[in-house]
Amino acid sequence: MLTTLIFFPLLAAIAVLMSGENAKKIALIAAIIEFGLSVFMTLGFDPAAGTQYFQEFWWVPSLGIHYSVGLDGISLLLVLLTTFLVPIIVLSSFKHNNKNPGLFYALILSMQMALVGVFSAQDGFLFYIFWELALIPIYLICLMWGGNDRIRITLKFFIYTLFGSLLMLAALIWLWMKTPAPHSFDIQALYSLNLSATEQSWIFWAFFLAFAIKMPVFPFHTWQPDTYTDSPTPGTMLLSGIMLKMGVYGVLRWLLPIVPSGVHEWGNTAMILSVISVVYASGIALVQKDFKRLIAYSSIAHVGLISAGVFSLTMQGIQGGVIQMLSHGINVVGLFFIAEIILDRMKTRNLSELGGIRLVAPAFATYFIIILLASVALPLTNGFIGEFLLLNGVFQYSTWMAAVAGLTIILGAVYMLTAYQKISLGVTNHHTEKFVDLSQSEKWVLIPLVVMIFWIGLYPGYFMGLAEPSIKTLRDVIHSSHGISLLSH
Amino acid sequence: MTTLIVLSALGLVCLFSEILGFRKLLHPIVLIGLLASFVTNLMDWNNGAHLFNEMVVIDNYSVAFMGLMIGITFIWCLMSPDFFTEPSSETDHFALIVFALIGTMVMVTFANMIMLFLGIEILSIALYILAGSHKTKLSSNEAALKYFLMGSFATGFLLFGIALIYGATGSFNLAAISSMISEHHEQNSVMIVAGILMMMIALAFKVSAAPFHFWAPDVYQGAPTVITAFMSTVVKTAAFAAFYRLFIHTFSASPAIWAPTLMIISGLTILVGNITAVYQTNFKRMLAYSSISHAGYMVLAILAMNQSASSSLMFYATAYSISSITAFAILLLVSHQTGSDEIRSFNGLAKQNPFLSAVTLVAMLSLAGIPPTAGFFAKYYIFSAAIQNGYLGLVLIAILGSLIGVFYYFRIIIALFKSESEEKEIKVNTLFRVLLLVTSLAALALGIAPGMLAGLI
Repeated sequence: MLTTLIFFPLLAAIAVLMSGENAKKIALIAAIIEFGLSVFMTLGFDPAAGTQYFQEFWWVPSLGIHYSVGLDGISLLLVLLTTFLVPIIVLSSFKHNNKNPGLFYALILSMQMALVGVFSAQDGFLFYIFWELALIPIYLICLMWGGNDRIRITLKFFIYTLFGSLLMLAALIWLWMKTPAPHSFDIQALYSLNLSATEQSWIFWAFFLAFAIKMPVFPFHTWQPDTYTDSPTPGTMLLSGIMLKMGVYGVLRWLLPIVPSGVHEWGNTAMILSVISVVYASGIALVQKDFKRLIAYSSIAHVGLISAGVFSLTMQGIQGGVIQMLSHGINVVGLFFIAEIILDRMKTRNLSELGGIRLVAPAFATYFIIILLASVALPLTNGFIGEFLLLNGVFQYSTWMAAVAGLTIILGAVYMLTAYQKISLGVTNHHTEKFVDLSQSEKWVLIPLVVMIFWIGLYPGYFMGLAEPSIKTLRDVIHSSHGISLLSH
Repeated sequence: MTTLIVLSALGLVCLFSEILGFRKLLHPIVLIGLLASFVTNLMDWNNGAHLFNEMVVIDNYSVAFMGLMIGITFIWCLMSPDFFTEPSSETDHFALIVFALIGTMVMVTFANMIMLFLGIEILSIALYILAGSHKTKLSSNEAALKYFLMGSFATGFLLFGIALIYGATGSFNLAAISSMISEHHEQNSVMIVAGILMMMIALAFKVSAAPFHFWAPDVYQGAPTVITAFMSTVVKTAAFAAFYRLFIHTFSASPAIWAPTLMIISGLTILVGNITAVYQTNFKRMLAYSSISHAGYMVLAILAMNQSASSSLMFYATAYSISSITAFAILLLVSHQTGSDEIRSFNGLAKQNPFLSAVTLVAMLSLAGIPPTAGFFAKYYIFSAAIQNGYLGLVLIAILGSLIGVFYYFRIIIALFKSESEEKEIKVNTLFRVLLLVTSLAALALGIAPGMLAGLI
């Protein structure tokens, strides 16, 4: 069943590639079927029962490589996020007549395959393969449909992320070698390794660099703003909505439990970098003129907080991280869609050339403010739940870090609301007075997002319930391997 | 054994075709002959033999490499029919290719130093001529002369090395030499050390490893493209198979003598090959440097010297040959129709010919070592073998090298999707279409299901 979920998008991608004219519709239908399948699997999921839908068979027997996939609560939520966002991303690009739509949607769907695979892999090698597979479609999407400076930017993006991945590969081979013969990449085998402190430190850094580049965390973020800005918007949505979660997920699944004493040694450094990201990116977001670039920096700030929460190793921190991954995915896709609508109608994203849109397009302005407030973590929206838990977690770890990271709420409100003011409020100019309100299909993109914002904001219990037992298990693994005292609540 | 006879007979048939006047039938005859030798070769699987008083030993290792080389030659013959009908080239080119193949066969089955020397010579002499087979082109002549001079020089080193080792151990037989060296482990004489190092230099030259690689770019660029394709796939595979066979069977007991030097050679080759390739604007020359860098990775397999090393070398050679032959076939098409083998002749190919650009994409991803292609798994396999033997530092250099590799392989991919395009339309005939499809699918299949080859030998 899970294997079907992983590879159905690939089959759909091939169908889309062949279909020519109807590519959009087939892609949308396939993405919705995929979402339905994942919902069906969620209904049959028992949070307390650990890893489910487990499937395993030999892939390369001579090297101890398995194809093994399974879902626990954390994986399930991220799979759901992926399958929920992909139809929205597909729908959001309906208006654009990209050249060669068959290829475009086929790449999006094959990316979905890789993402679902990353979140469900239970074998280190398989994880790595999916991790890398996710890179090629997004690279091609940015290269073929990106902005003017795309060649330089996409190459930088590719090399940057590949650098991290290759370090991770070296670390994985090292871990594989340390497993008792016959060697294996099985996640449980890796969890039960006995590694020396020095080894743990090295492996920590190899993994951390890979994940930190993906997220991205300061100072490994320099590829991100350019790439986000220059990619076609569906590509940006994939990158920010789902792909950066690969990094956080990697930390949760493949870093913390495998090298707990490495985390003990260097976790503080990771926390500091994350907190720096938060403040640094918020600061830069304050002075951005380009709306899309502003969202890109705000994304760094948000993911920095997620990373800090996760590295605090507290229950609340990790829980907040998981919830915030969902929330951030939903909100950032919404924001990028808003930016796309503005660009599409006004041919500019420059904040100073906009204004007064609320007067001519009230529906647009309403959806915009809801998503924006969710993004600045207003209570009753999804952003609040995540950020509250995250800050709580960071606070338990260190008061002053929480104080610094807490600035994100203030700074976030400042730059987001300023942006809203410049775009929507005030009087219209000769540009914006021709702004057309939302079309039906655009509403269909925004409605599910807004529903999710309030669902998670008002009743996060359902999603937290799915993930909680898995997070407990995760903390047990970290705890038991080396008997490190963890802050617990 | 039958394989060798079949191939030799095929070579003679090629020569006689000129006299007896069935030249036109030669192409199909060669293809059939190659198929026949492929089959007889497969029959030796798990059915090895010791022949000619231990001069030749056929084992699974040699069968696997022979199978690979015959297969690649078969593909090569399909993609280069033009080469044989051009006025400047005569039918005996077929004979030379077949003789070169015989040389490679001797190189993977030798169990005696003399056979190694014979194999290398049979191969090289055919290649010297082939490199110069565009008789009217200055660059082709230059390539042949350069190759010949440098090649003879290296052969001199090889012979000198063999002589020294014979002097120290009194034998040409690999097994005998090996036991001599390991028995008298403490008092390895200067002669043995010098002999091993000289043979290593000679073989490093043949596989174009730095710092003995300077001939490669000029020869690869100057020789006719089809011959370059042959040299960088079949010949390279054979040279590595021989390199590995010699060092594992003979010198594995005394790695202290040669491993440190070979480590430096490997690291240097990876860095020099990759870094220099970044600066190339000519596709053919870039492939030459890329082939140098791949030699560096394959040397890692020789260093690894463990159970999985021979399998990993075999896998790497397969992955590399398949992708490389694809790249050369594409280059043939593009340069034939645009008249240039500069990278910029690939500009905008995606729009004109999606099929051709898709196979280019697969070939480049595979050469760069990105999943899900064969090239990725090949690199992974070799890295893991090398890490197991403690070469972590070298693997990190290799990783850095692969990262640099992305720069120039992706330059081709980027060129494909550039919007400005040269107006010329590039046509692909059915034969090439099938050929490219098969090699690309093979590259993907080996990346997705590497179990087919991994752990075979």
